Amino acid sequence: MYRIGVDVGGTNTDAVIMKGDKILSGIKSPTTEDVMTGVVNAVEGALSEAGADKTKVIGVMIGTTHFTNAVVERKHLARTAAVRLCLPAAQCLPPMVDWPDDIKDTVGNHYWMAKGGYEFDGREISALDMSELETIASEIDAEGIDTVAITSVFSPVSDEMERKAMEAMAIKLPNANFTLSSEIGRLGILERENAAIMNASLRALSERTVDAFGKALEKVGLDCPYYITQNDGTLMSREFVQSYPVLTFASGPTNSMRGAAFLSGKSDAIVVDVGGTTTDVGALVKGFPRPASTTVDVGGVRTNFRMPDVFAIGLGGGTIVSGAGDNLRVGPQSVGYKLTTDSLIFGGNTTTTSDVAVALGLAEFGNLNAIKNFNKEHLEAVRKRINEMLTNAVERMRVSPEVIPVLAVGGGSILVPDKIGDLPVIRPEHFSVANAVGAAIGQISGEVDRIFSLDGKSREEALSEAKDEATKKAIAAGAKPDSIELLDQEDVPLAYLPGNATRIRLKVVGDMND
Amino acid sequence: MTNLLREVFDEDLDAIEIGAAILGTGGGGNPYIGKLRCREELKKGRKIPVIPLSELSDDALVVSLGGIGAPVVGVEKIEEGQECLRALHALEKELGVKVDALISAEIGGANSMEPMLTAAQAGLPVVDGDGMGRAFPEMQMCTWSIYGHREAPGAMADEKGNIVVIRETPNDVWLERIARSVVVAMGAAAGLATQPMKGDFVKRAAVPNTITQALNLGRAVLNAHATNADPVQTVINQERGKLLMTAKITDLQRHLKGGFAVGHINLDGFGKFNGETGRIDLQNEFLVFWHNGNVEVCTPDLIVVLDSDTGLPITTEMLRYGQRVAVLGLPAHPLMRSPEALKVVGPAAFGYTDITFNPMEDKL
Repeated sequence: MYRIGVDVGGTNTDAVIMKGDKILSGIKSPTTEDVMTGVVNAVEGALSEAGADKTKVIGVMIGTTHFTNAVVERKHLARTAAVRLCLPAAQCLPPMVDWPDDIKDTVGNHYWMAKGGYEFDGREISALDMSELETIASEIDAEGIDTVAITSVFSPVSDEMERKAMEAMAIKLPNANFTLSSEIGRLGILERENAAIMNASLRALSERTVDAFGKALEKVGLDCPYYITQNDGTLMSREFVQSYPVLTFASGPTNSMRGAAFLSGKSDAIVVDVGGTTTDVGALVKGFPRPASTTVDVGGVRTNFRMPDVFAIGLGGGTIVSGAGDNLRVGPQSVGYKLTTDSLIFGGNTTTTSDVAVALGLAEFGNLNAIKNFNKEHLEAVRKRINEMLTNAVERMRVSPEVIPVLAVGGGSILVPDKIGDLPVIRPEHFSVANAVGAAIGQISGEVDRIFSLDGKSREEALSEAKDEATKKAIAAGAKPDSIELLDQEDVPLAYLPGNATRIRLKVVGDMND
Repeated sequence: MTNLLREVFDEDLDAIEIGAAILGTGGGGNPYIGKLRCREELKKGRKIPVIPLSELSDDALVVSLGGIGAPVVGVEKIEEGQECLRALHALEKELGVKVDALISAEIGGANSMEPMLTAAQAGLPVVDGDGMGRAFPEMQMCTWSIYGHREAPGAMADEKGNIVVIRETPNDVWLERIARSVVVAMGAAAGLATQPMKGDFVKRAAVPNTITQALNLGRAVLNAHATNADPVQTVINQERGKLLMTAKITDLQRHLKGGFAVGHINLDGFGKFNGETGRIDLQNEFLVFWHNGNVEVCTPDLIVVLDSDTGLPITTEMLRYGQRVAVLGLPAHPLMRSPEALKVVGPAAFGYTDITFNPMEDKL
């Protein structure tokens, strides 16, 4: 039985064939304009290299940057109706108030504010007004909009109003798709609403893209189920990703980190992914990327749904080295994809980190004559600077004083020394397709983030209640019940409030049902 | 003589947001929402006039007002928009007076913005100054209270149309206690305006020029970003502050006590502080900084924690293990260091009976 992992990146589409824990083949193929041809090429290449029987493939797991790119490029976004259940609260800042104008215009800036919403303790701010919602639905219909994002105040505490409003509006808008903010974001209404609106605007594209992935696999002759990876390293079914495309944002670095963990057998580590222009550094905790704790901008829009915590520095295989002594500069400029024409070892005139690496004997490629005149002291100075840059980035991501390994992956990882500070460096096999491996090994998760009152309840009881809720969500998403384990929990007491309320965030994961 | 601030414009708001968060010393709530609200008021054609403290007339009536509640609720249940304005009008009605200007009780954090946007709505100027020069968790920790002004009557308004006037209390601690109970019933967010002060009192009791200070601090950080200068050093230069330590957070404890987030962080120095240790205690705000085991800076002097790379402030809710930070000490205004003030905002007021406040300049 085989699993196929695919990573659709900006430059390359990678595919790996796995059997159990073994990697049978890995292929890099250029990403194509239509995306699908690249997928067909990579998957066919990997299958034939492995000599794998197509009928024995149980699943294809795909990681893609397609939806992030749509937001960044303001392309393929559907006109969306934003409905906020809040009145009389929250009317001073309308939906999309902090969006850049170009994306606001693309999505249409259509919003309605209506009665509804909850207090922090679950009381109603005001009751839903069904006739008001009916009127709004008619107005949305009259605008010819069929994509709706509904956000209620404190919906992470109770999602009931968002659901009821959707049911009421669906009567007038039978063909519309609805995104509920409670299904996507955390506390922080503007950021959660932003994520919901963005998700809604991507749903049409998501349906087309997921169908196209299906057609690509059909063309290859695969009739197994396929999944899309989300940014916490877990999998979404095709139906799920059609409803929640934003959850794919930043799944690239996630897959690369998870793949590195799998390839090295280490579940707690710092991952250093050195590309041509930048190095992404992230932290693995129990085999999953640590999530960012602050808001994250996507295409200039502030959101707060979970994303991996990635620190990027301007250091890669194509990074330009200039000056010497006190004026030595390493980056952040890079020759990028022109490495094979512009760098010294490939006949160009620009000194890059790759030239220095070859001169230092860290790697062997290109024309060695072009670099034989480097002064040894200068080379060591560059090496020292690169090590400092990497050490700072790794220290920043480190989660405890414990000595954990650093996993070096990516084409530029020859620049990583054998030790960073007191941490040993491991270079796993197949490091160049770590991202596709990360996709292939995806799991199923369940998550809870809401406020619990600790009146008449201990902290432990509240945590256990949260864990039960998360477990139910994971099972509903397709996890094997007996494989579910706690991945991460965090509780933050709410300042300035008597009554001991605490906000609990908790996540469980399990293996995919066969 | 520098130019006095006369009006806050749209392009000033980003800088004030950063500066107010720095002066929040870890607490005070996030000014982001308040900034957006100010921006919306300006878009409607309203103005935020600023009156320098020195130009306030002696018999002007000045009201201190702001939002009260939990910061986490404030980012979820955003205000209807005119809570503070309704509280102000309720207070005017209760007393049968007309107010001349507004002032912030607390420049640090979210309440830097509330008086500015209410000023825009009410057509009144906001005074360039505040009652703390930083952030503190309770109302009686404000200079109005410390120098003899009594907060009652206070008027509170929520988004639903509820207005509560607390007419009389024996002291400001009671006003605080009752207001807290009311705000929980109101859904943990409300506007609060307290008894008007006379201009001559405000001129004596307010920490002066703190809107200007927040604006300049934020501008310094933004300029440093634009010119690739060191933002941390820029903040220090701007404020006659002192770099206490560049360090990595090696331990973080946060828990609940009586409705407040309390705890501490432990620090391991890096850069020129390599090999040194630090500790910061927090009760919503950062209160005491120990350097190699000795108290170096304590409340009411400001302990500011910045991201060591960006110079942007880190609040107690954003603290995380492994963060690389710059810890700064900024001297508190003399009004916050007097014997009367120290009784309320000195280390003993927060339970540190064994720590004596010494101005940070004495040790550094």
